[in-house]
Amino acid sequence: MGTIYVDGKPYEADAKQNLLHACLSLGFDLPYFCWHAALGSVGACRQCAVKEFKDEKDTKGKLVMACMTPAKEETRISIHDPEAVAFRAAIVEGMMLNHPHDCPVCDVGGECHLQDMTVMTGHDYRRTRFEKRTFRNQYLGPFLYHEMNRCIQCYRCVRFYREYAGGNDLNAFGIKNTVYFGRSEDGVLENEFAGNLVEICPTGVFTDKTLRRHYTRKWDLRMAPAICGHCGAGCNITIGERYGLLRRVLTRFNSEVNGYFLCDRGRYGYEFVNSEYRIRAARLDGQPIPADGAAQKLKSLVSGGKAIGIGSPRASLEANFALRTLVGKDRFFAGVADDQWQVITAMVRILQTGPARSASLHDIELSDAVLILGEDVTNSSPRMALNLRQAVRQQPFEIAGKLHIPLWMDDAVREAVQGVKGPLFIAAPGPTRLDDVATKTYRAAPEDVARLGFAVAHEVDPAAPEVLDLPSELRDLVRIIAGALKSAKRPVVISGPSCRTESVIQCAANVAKALCDTGRPAALGFIAPECNSFGLALIEARPLSEAFQVAEDGDSETLIILENDLYRRIPHEFVDGFLGAVKHVIVLDHLSNDTTARAELLLPAGTFAESDGTLISSEGRAQRFFPVFAQQTDVRESWRWLGDPTWSTLDDLLAALAQALPQLAPAVKAAPSSKFRMAGAKIPREPHRYSGLTSITANISVVEPKPPDDPDSALAFSMEGTPDQPPGALQPFFWSPGWNSIQAVNKFQNEIGDEIRGGDPGVRLFESLQSGAYFTTIPAAFARREAEWLVVPIEHIFGSEELSLRAPAVAELAPAPYLAVNAGDAASLHMEEPGGEVEIDLGSIKHRLPLKIVRELPGGIAGIPAGLTPARGAELPAWCRISKAP
Amino acid sequence: MWSLIKTIWNVFLHSFHKRVTIQYPEEKPYMAPRSRARIILSRDPDGGERCVACYLCAIACPVDCIALQATEDKDERRYPEFFRINFSRCIFCGYCEEACPTYAIQLTPDFEMAEYNRQNLVYEKEDLLIDGPGKYPGYNYWRVAGARIAGKDKGEAENEAPPVDLRGLMP
Amino acid sequence: MVPDFEGAMTSPYPIAAIAGILIMVLSLAALLIWVERRLLALWQDRYGPNRVGPFGLLQVVADMIKIFAKEDWLPPFADKAVFIIAPAIIMVTVLLSFAVVPFSPGIIVVDLNIALLFFLGMSSLGVYSIVLAGWASDSKYSLLGGLRAAAQMISYEVFMSLSLMGVVLLAGSFRLSAIVEAQKRLWFIVPQFLGFVLFLIAGVAEARRSPFDLPEAEAELVAGFHSEYSGMKFGMFFVGEYLGVILISSMITVLFFGGWLGPWLPPIVWFLIKMFAFICFFILLRASLPRLRFDQLMSWGWKVMLPLALLNLIVTGAVVVAWR
Repeated sequence: MGTIYVDGKPYEADAKQNLLHACLSLGFDLPYFCWHAALGSVGACRQCAVKEFKDEKDTKGKLVMACMTPAKEETRISIHDPEAVAFRAAIVEGMMLNHPHDCPVCDVGGECHLQDMTVMTGHDYRRTRFEKRTFRNQYLGPFLYHEMNRCIQCYRCVRFYREYAGGNDLNAFGIKNTVYFGRSEDGVLENEFAGNLVEICPTGVFTDKTLRRHYTRKWDLRMAPAICGHCGAGCNITIGERYGLLRRVLTRFNSEVNGYFLCDRGRYGYEFVNSEYRIRAARLDGQPIPADGAAQKLKSLVSGGKAIGIGSPRASLEANFALRTLVGKDRFFAGVADDQWQVITAMVRILQTGPARSASLHDIELSDAVLILGEDVTNSSPRMALNLRQAVRQQPFEIAGKLHIPLWMDDAVREAVQGVKGPLFIAAPGPTRLDDVATKTYRAAPEDVARLGFAVAHEVDPAAPEVLDLPSELRDLVRIIAGALKSAKRPVVISGPSCRTESVIQCAANVAKALCDTGRPAALGFIAPECNSFGLALIEARPLSEAFQVAEDGDSETLIILENDLYRRIPHEFVDGFLGAVKHVIVLDHLSNDTTARAELLLPAGTFAESDGTLISSEGRAQRFFPVFAQQTDVRESWRWLGDPTWSTLDDLLAALAQALPQLAPAVKAAPSSKFRMAGAKIPREPHRYSGLTSITANISVVEPKPPDDPDSALAFSMEGTPDQPPGALQPFFWSPGWNSIQAVNKFQNEIGDEIRGGDPGVRLFESLQSGAYFTTIPAAFARREAEWLVVPIEHIFGSEELSLRAPAVAELAPAPYLAVNAGDAASLHMEEPGGEVEIDLGSIKHRLPLKIVRELPGGIAGIPAGLTPARGAELPAWCRISKAP
Repeated sequence: MWSLIKTIWNVFLHSFHKRVTIQYPEEKPYMAPRSRARIILSRDPDGGERCVACYLCAIACPVDCIALQATEDKDERRYPEFFRINFSRCIFCGYCEEACPTYAIQLTPDFEMAEYNRQNLVYEKEDLLIDGPGKYPGYNYWRVAGARIAGKDKGEAENEAPPVDLRGLMP
Repeated sequence: MVPDFEGAMTSPYPIAAIAGILIMVLSLAALLIWVERRLLALWQDRYGPNRVGPFGLLQVVADMIKIFAKEDWLPPFADKAVFIIAPAIIMVTVLLSFAVVPFSPGIIVVDLNIALLFFLGMSSLGVYSIVLAGWASDSKYSLLGGLRAAAQMISYEVFMSLSLMGVVLLAGSFRLSAIVEAQKRLWFIVPQFLGFVLFLIAGVAEARRSPFDLPEAEAELVAGFHSEYSGMKFGMFFVGEYLGVILISSMITVLFFGGWLGPWLPPIVWFLIKMFAFICFFILLRASLPRLRFDQLMSWGWKVMLPLALLNLIVTGAVVVAWR
């Protein structure tokens, strides 16, 4: 820290940062466009000009760009100097020359950074009489709407898209006054993080296409802090509701988790909440019944004492715990196929007791060497992949450091580094979306991936078990990987459940332990397959197959299935047998699916937008989400349906949870309790400018209803409350006077880009104990079989996840079912040409699938898209016969 | 003191002045064209709905009596899917008209809209929409705005250059 | 002095007198609602209430129905007992004052020998109503209104009584009927013009009428002491104020304008004509004068009116002594 003088007054500022960063951190309103906390400075827009003075006596000063000037000790600047003010006004006037007159029909109107900055600089009158330049728009896929006329050429979009997110199909075209940001031709933007352009673009060039279909201004949204449920990363999101529809998802900054960005599955998967397939009323044998009657029926069915419960990795801790309490802890089973359950519990056990600390997404971003074992991270935990792309920049930063280039000076750093990438090794069954930044890739069957991991562990620490009979070409790879990991300051090992193979997890733990044991602070990044997989494991559910046993033994009359489509988990003949073995099937869910169709009593459960709950992310971070809908119809939170009648609020449930499961006790503190008040009031979910209060329901009755109560949280369904900043976990939206766009988050951080004031939301449950021994069970090497292939699931960001697939925009990008083999294997099937169909015996059924040739797949391995028929419910990996379809 | 007495006397003299009250409803008052009463939604000179559902009237409304939902027709023109004004709350301040960027929402001199049942004061779009342009006969927002709609391509709005040809080689 | 209830003019039928005066005074007060609104309208070139009944006369009835039908709201934060009693006090004290007012020979409840003192005492007690209402409401506006009423009463009560001492000196009695009789030759307005002006001003202040209506100054205090009152409790303050106006007008008539004295017409008619003229004057004051600032009100009372009243007393006393 050092002292800088702003308009004559001394302030403390981080000397390693630039002046814009310092001014914004100090709370000054200094306009900017091209700078972004996550992207650094390039000095392109010239908007953040300030006057810099040589010393105390200098009264003349010179104009500098704050974002390109270091905040050195004793720097003297003036923000309000008339010349600087005039300069900034002139710059914004120039930007507005070609900006169209369409704010009323622009989707960022009212939350537009350009609007904010124009107001901030005082430009309010158009003086030019010349014609405005126009551009044609492009079709960019189902997520983004393109309106190039609005562009102010700040280059933020391409900097994010190409340099930060690693996309290459968005670019800047043209010269001088006609610079165009788009694709070379119409088409879906390929990058999985393209949706962030909505927030990156300072104006409305890229807008949310799903929001456009049910457009609402930011000030009219009732918003709530939520946690994304479409993978295990636990990204913090802000969800917005109006007139009973969920309208959109925005990033909720959390420096430890998702920072400023989300993946497109998280941003656009929300529309399942508005789906026509929603279950909105309780049903008994298919006939709608009133909610109270359904609750009675549930009680009478359970009271026999012979009920068993199937939990869910996509339901909250609270919902699972309520079911566990209802049926008894010995009769509560995990709603996950046994092989996957084994992997999940292994990961949790390793993180609880294991050799290395669990890596937060932020840790992963800062790590300087990465080993990925068995995962296509972009498709299984997308947000983590974006941070892995930043991790490969960490080591080359040293080059810039040697040249004394500050790291925020983005363009100069990239020039200095010249595309050098830090070590990132990927061992996975197939190609991955991070291959372009990988130092080395190794494509092999899950067993071979595990063997590579074990070998790396042994190479790092000879005390680790050795892998015998390793092929010599692999030995070189092992040496390179081990060398890179050993020379790194903050190595991280990433693994996950995509291979459905426990040894892959174990080998990752071994590598981390080997690094830690030899004195390197390695971190372990496990990927949870679903939003609360780790929570379900911590709640001590029994494996699913034991539930089958109980049912077959006739020891249960009633089966309660919580937010779980069993047909996605296990082969359907098993599910049919299971459901047939019990007398009564009770299902709680929010979307109708094959399991709900079999329910005798079907209870409408609230989605994440209608419930309070806690999720345990893959980092082991307990985070609370809050409803944005007030309960209006019969839809209730699962824990309310199942919960003990003595629990009147969420607090009661959490108290019981902490008592019953001490390992989850810290999760209670994930957010302040419902008793929390600021200035004696709850925190408003609605902005103070929320409109239409006396008219929204006037068509039903002109008498305005009282705002609904929220007994479970410290948030209120109204616009009344203090304007002060609530704790991060309760922050419903980011807004500050003069800062209507998402950039308002600046005002909620002590230091720009750093944690939310008062601490980032969430509580970490796992802290490494540095205990445990090496895993010693090394699998045998993969051996391919004649006429049979090992079919592995291939994760797809759009399609493999159950709920987001019910969102129309995501579904549009989901792949059609296919079967992938490499060219050699295709040839052995006599199918050299793509487009033919193959037959595959999966389980007991023959499926016909179009063949896709994927060059990078190892021989003897076939891939089918995870979560989609026929992989849906199938036990994978599995050896299957594949033949050319007749 | 003297001025006080003079004031009292002057006020007393008003006993002999003519009264300015207009005896409504026997006598109808003159309503200036810009007086503020019943709100209408107007159409542009081409007959299309002027309202582009920008929500600015709703946020400007101090009593929050306007609710609407934006949607788009096949011509990519935005319009309100529904547009509701609760006149039992409206204070006829005219802020909505001032906020309206398209001259769609206008206040008219018709103030005779009392009802015995408050519910009858809730007006929906079909009650509000008139067939003419109201007080601003010539204005058409879409001819000014930079957004493209069917029948008005990029570059065809007021003060707009034709769209840039990105494949052109001229500097 | 010993109170003498058996004055010459005390009505032989006290119940009838009480009932008659009560009905007359109360209906007059009710009517004043309409009169005031019509007169204010007249002086503002409007019509005022003219829709309910002939000339809008039934407006009073409509208002009464409305005020009776209104929710009688007790603020949960109020001091309940005091809150309820306060409006009753003003009614009681003003109505009691009317007991000594000689409307005409035979139309008087009690012809008390200390009637003037009784009137002054009762009008001072009336301020308790305001102070207690302001206190009991437990609202800052009400409390400020109550405080203002107390301060105003103290300031104006002093020279109000002093301004009347000239009249007493001239008439040689506190008995109001005797004071009227003493004006047979000359109304006291002539010898006691200064006393009249002082009493008029003090009277307006005592009745808390514009321009001295600071306790309820709606511009700054919402409605001052009765901000929290609704329904008939508010109505009692309302009627109490009009009763005060009638009382002060009656007293001016009695003390300076020869009461019921006058040729041709019956005495009661003369009394009512004179009284009504002053009521109208009160309304004219409201129509024409802006409200005083509070510090001006206080310094005006203590620094101007009190010395003038003392001067008037000394001069009158000297003249009376010299005359003898």
